[in-house]
Amino acid sequence: MDYSITLPFSAEDIKKIKNQDVLYLNGTIYSARDAAHKRMYDAINEYLEKTGKSADNVTSTELYENGVTPIDLTGKVLYYLGPTPAKPGQVIGSAGPTTSSRMDKYTPLLLDLGLAGMVGKGKRSDDVKAAIKRNKAIYMGATGGAGALLSKCIKSSEVIAYDDLGTEAIRKMEVENFPVTVLIDSEGVAFRV
Amino acid sequence: MRTVRTEDITQAVKKMCIDSNLYLADDMKKALYNACDNEENVLGKKILGQLKENLDIAGNEQIPICQDTGMAVVFVKIGQDVHIEGGSFSAAINEGVRRGYTEGYLRKSVVNDPIIRKNTGDNTPAIIHTEIVDGDSLEITLAPKGFGSENMSRVFMLKPADGIDGIKNAVLTAVKDAGPNACPPVVVGVGIGGDFEKSALLAKKALTNELNSVHSYFDEVSNEYAIKLQKDLYDEINNLDIGPGGMGGKFTCLGVNIEIYPTHIAGMPLAVNMCCHVNRHVKCVL
Repeated sequence: MDYSITLPFSAEDIKKIKNQDVLYLNGTIYSARDAAHKRMYDAINEYLEKTGKSADNVTSTELYENGVTPIDLTGKVLYYLGPTPAKPGQVIGSAGPTTSSRMDKYTPLLLDLGLAGMVGKGKRSDDVKAAIKRNKAIYMGATGGAGALLSKCIKSSEVIAYDDLGTEAIRKMEVENFPVTVLIDSEGVAFRV
Repeated sequence: MRTVRTEDITQAVKKMCIDSNLYLADDMKKALYNACDNEENVLGKKILGQLKENLDIAGNEQIPICQDTGMAVVFVKIGQDVHIEGGSFSAAINEGVRRGYTEGYLRKSVVNDPIIRKNTGDNTPAIIHTEIVDGDSLEITLAPKGFGSENMSRVFMLKPADGIDGIKNAVLTAVKDAGPNACPPVVVGVGIGGDFEKSALLAKKALTNELNSVHSYFDEVSNEYAIKLQKDLYDEINNLDIGPGGMGGKFTCLGVNIEIYPTHIAGMPLAVNMCCHVNRHVKCVL
């Protein structure tokens, strides 16, 4: 099935969307790849250690309000992206997905904290698949190597954190009809990954 | 003796960095278009349609084909009758990369150390391979290499007894393990022979050759089996049903390029350098 989706996902969306569905995303997504994931992950673990809490009894809102993470992850969609620089007059440069499996180490924790979806390319680990199912999240694939085409669906982009990471900074982006294929649905059923 | 100025090297490298990230070579483009016309899997065909449109947008609007504009791999053949004047040769290459990636709005993807991982900010240093050859010209091939596919590359230290079947199994294993991660339809660079590092270099160099080609140190010896091996690998990879974007279909690869070198009596090194459908390489002669 093809669906036009307005983010954030509704509970109804999450339930109806199945693997192999093609989604056209509209709304806000956030770029984060290797270095941004590591920085968030380390900061969260440091906070958990300091407060004696665990992922089960801490909320993303609490982490955000205490300056641990630069965004409240609840219900958000992350795009594994490090774009080329925008030329004058452009919103963003080339903007296709990077390989998701490098984020596998960090993803279960972020999902347990309320992350709703990820856009990337390629395989995921069993731990990630289990965490997707446990948290009723969705993993989506964008077309690798179609960065020029995908950049056209990004209508605004603003670096909101980790500016020092350059292309790996976290960007808040508004997208329109951003095409993805569902590779793991909220039941944890995977399509070729 | 002929003189080549380092500033000319820098200018050439700069231009090649930019051009290679905006336009694919004709053989690559043709292979992608052919796949797009002939893929039967619905999802796979849809992906190929996006890739075709992506190439048009990249060229027309000067947006890099892929956001991973790569680490700059530079092969230089230096004629032994060339005199390089005006400063350091490798500094000239790196200055070209710096200008190309900065002025061309390309992504800076290089970190200063595998553990410290601070971005160098200008995509330097390049990876430079030089070869001294006959003549008085200087040939530069620039191949920006993305790491989605690079990460799926492998070296296999096969035994002589493994033979052709061993080579095939190893290449197919590498392609299967890469699956959707290497951004199929891929181009597979295969280096056979030499030693451990030579095989890897052959595989990388193979990616810069014409699509679906075989080159050997002794062509007349190797071609007997190698031309068939190349065709067989192309067919067997495309029978894996990984397909465009890993979505399934008959175009898992657009090409298999083989480079062969003599090796030791005890060994049969094999390297598989995976490359995505954005197999970028340009050449110039100074």
